[in-house]
Amino acid sequence: MATVYFDEATRRFSKEDAPAVDGITLDIADGEFLVLVGPSGCGKSTTLRMLAGLEPVDGGRILVDGHDQKGVRPRDRDIAMVFQSYALYPNMSAAQNMAFALDNAKVSRSETRQRVAEAAKILELEPLLDRKPGQMSGGQRQRVAMGRAIVRNPKVFCMDEPLSNLDAKLRVSTRSQIAGLQRRLGITTVYVTHDQVEAMTMGHRVAVLRDGKLQQVDTPERLYDHPVNTFVAAFIGSPAITLVESDVREGVARVHGVSVPLDRSVAGRAGEKVVVGLRPESWHVVETPARSGAGDSGTTALALNVELVESLGSESFVYGRPVGADDDADRVTVRLDKRTHLAVGDTVHVEPNRGEVHLFDAASGERIEA
Amino acid sequence: MSTSTIVGTVDEEKTPPAADRRRRRRAAHNVEASTHNRGPVWTAAGYVGMVLVLLVVAVPLFWILVTSFKERGDIYVRPAQWWPEPATGQNYSELTTRIPFSDYVRNSVIITAATSLAKIILGVLSAYALSLMRFPGRSIVFIVVIAALMVPNQITVISNYALVAQLGWRNTYQGIIIPLAGVAFGTFLMRNQFLNLPGEIIEAARLDGAGPMKLLWRVVMPMSWPTLVAFALITVVSEWNEYLWPFLMSDDESTATLPVGLTFLQNNDGVTNWGPVMAGTVLAMLPILVLFLFLQRQMIKGLTAGAVKS
Repeated sequence: MATVYFDEATRRFSKEDAPAVDGITLDIADGEFLVLVGPSGCGKSTTLRMLAGLEPVDGGRILVDGHDQKGVRPRDRDIAMVFQSYALYPNMSAAQNMAFALDNAKVSRSETRQRVAEAAKILELEPLLDRKPGQMSGGQRQRVAMGRAIVRNPKVFCMDEPLSNLDAKLRVSTRSQIAGLQRRLGITTVYVTHDQVEAMTMGHRVAVLRDGKLQQVDTPERLYDHPVNTFVAAFIGSPAITLVESDVREGVARVHGVSVPLDRSVAGRAGEKVVVGLRPESWHVVETPARSGAGDSGTTALALNVELVESLGSESFVYGRPVGADDDADRVTVRLDKRTHLAVGDTVHVEPNRGEVHLFDAASGERIEA
Repeated sequence: MSTSTIVGTVDEEKTPPAADRRRRRRAAHNVEASTHNRGPVWTAAGYVGMVLVLLVVAVPLFWILVTSFKERGDIYVRPAQWWPEPATGQNYSELTTRIPFSDYVRNSVIITAATSLAKIILGVLSAYALSLMRFPGRSIVFIVVIAALMVPNQITVISNYALVAQLGWRNTYQGIIIPLAGVAFGTFLMRNQFLNLPGEIIEAARLDGAGPMKLLWRVVMPMSWPTLVAFALITVVSEWNEYLWPFLMSDDESTATLPVGLTFLQNNDGVTNWGPVMAGTVLAMLPILVLFLFLQRQMIKGLTAGAVKS
């Protein structure tokens, strides 16, 4: 168990190109489960590989338990990694795969056997110990890869998209297994994924990366409720947040012609142009749209032309464009409970919920906070 | 680490039974095979081509075998006799009595084994260093090694001969073995094999604390068996058949290999008595044939086991 500290860590694959990882500073507490998330090519895997010692650090430092890891070989770092492809040794049985690291560390035979048996029990691998990876299914291989990491009882677990080769159902069950396992073992874990559902459900904190730069590190709830910029707002949450550029006049923003009153404190900080962000659940349906009192502030309800309905059983998401808007207008996503039934072509009137409006600066994309 | 089971459900999926997998594979094969069915004319043409190639390869071999059982007078008759009539073992007994055949076999075995072993070990180790280890000047070393592949043996023969003769190594095993042990081909072949291994497995082994030699023997080599077997087979065959260098180095049966010995036999008898020479050729081919049949199975098994990711 250990703390991990990225201190302006930078990785440059070539001098001409922008750095793959650009001055990341990140403090990971002992026993924390930190998820690195971002679109492909954002540098999350590279960040993880730098920690494991598989990539050099071209600028800054990485500290494990306060010790600079510069020049420390991967095998001397006491970091275990679970790879996307599992990277099991094809010539060894499951038990041998798990025992390999202990064997290298000159752990006694009896202790090796005991630790492998323990890990096998935790991961329910006991009947598979004599099988080779070629004779196992994807989920079983994934568990062996996990077992190989946990028998070592390392300082840090690094996991590089360990679930992306599993089918959807298995992914959900393994997700909770890994989270539960980490909680019980209490080993500091850095987990890379591009799947924001994994990020939100597994991590104590989530770090969002974009183009090698750290955007925000926060708990999943904070990340969802207080995204620091439009990128984080758009990346976290499924279906995605609706972002609409709008003018601000007298403390009122307009979303597709519908006036959205802003808090006074926020309105004061906003410039003339802002981006308004509304999550799918931040709308409610109104049966009879009322006109607001003021003459030119327009209606408070937005009439949507329904273009797509995704019904998930317990809820449904409606995607639509404002009535009268042209085809380039941004779609608005609204979450409905299962009692509301809509079909494509219907018109629905929705109003934003008060206090659930995210506001970003139109030029920089940064959040405007009270 | 405690041993209670963790939260969440365990997946119910199982590996499909072998029979099921076989059936699916066969079905897939049939679908695939039916796509290259191009009608009877093309099929017939294909078989004619195959038969022609088979004849080109097999007829000379058959002729050697048949001739080795013919009497001296029957070898040159016209029209050609395609079956020994009468068959005789005379050539084989002549071969073993007229020349020290067993000495040549011994020399061939020793020289082939030593040279092949040296080539395989050096090839694997140099390829490993040039593919998976990092050190300054690595690519320059590799270019130099590859450059050695570009130089034909015949060019270096004269300088090698001068050097080895000066060392007094003519008619010695080391004089034959050491100059043959250079391995540009093996380095090249094995390096490509090592570079094609999945990088994540190598990285996993490094993180698991495997040192360079352990990485090689426990992880890299077991994944490279098919290539190694192919490389070993090619090496053994070419060393067994190596002619020019042993011929230059050996004057008698103390170090001469089988192909050189057969030349001695031919020189002794003049060009007309082909019977014993053919018998010697058959006997020289046999061990390689057996080895090939044996290793070929290993090679194919390894290839199919490693290449397909389920």
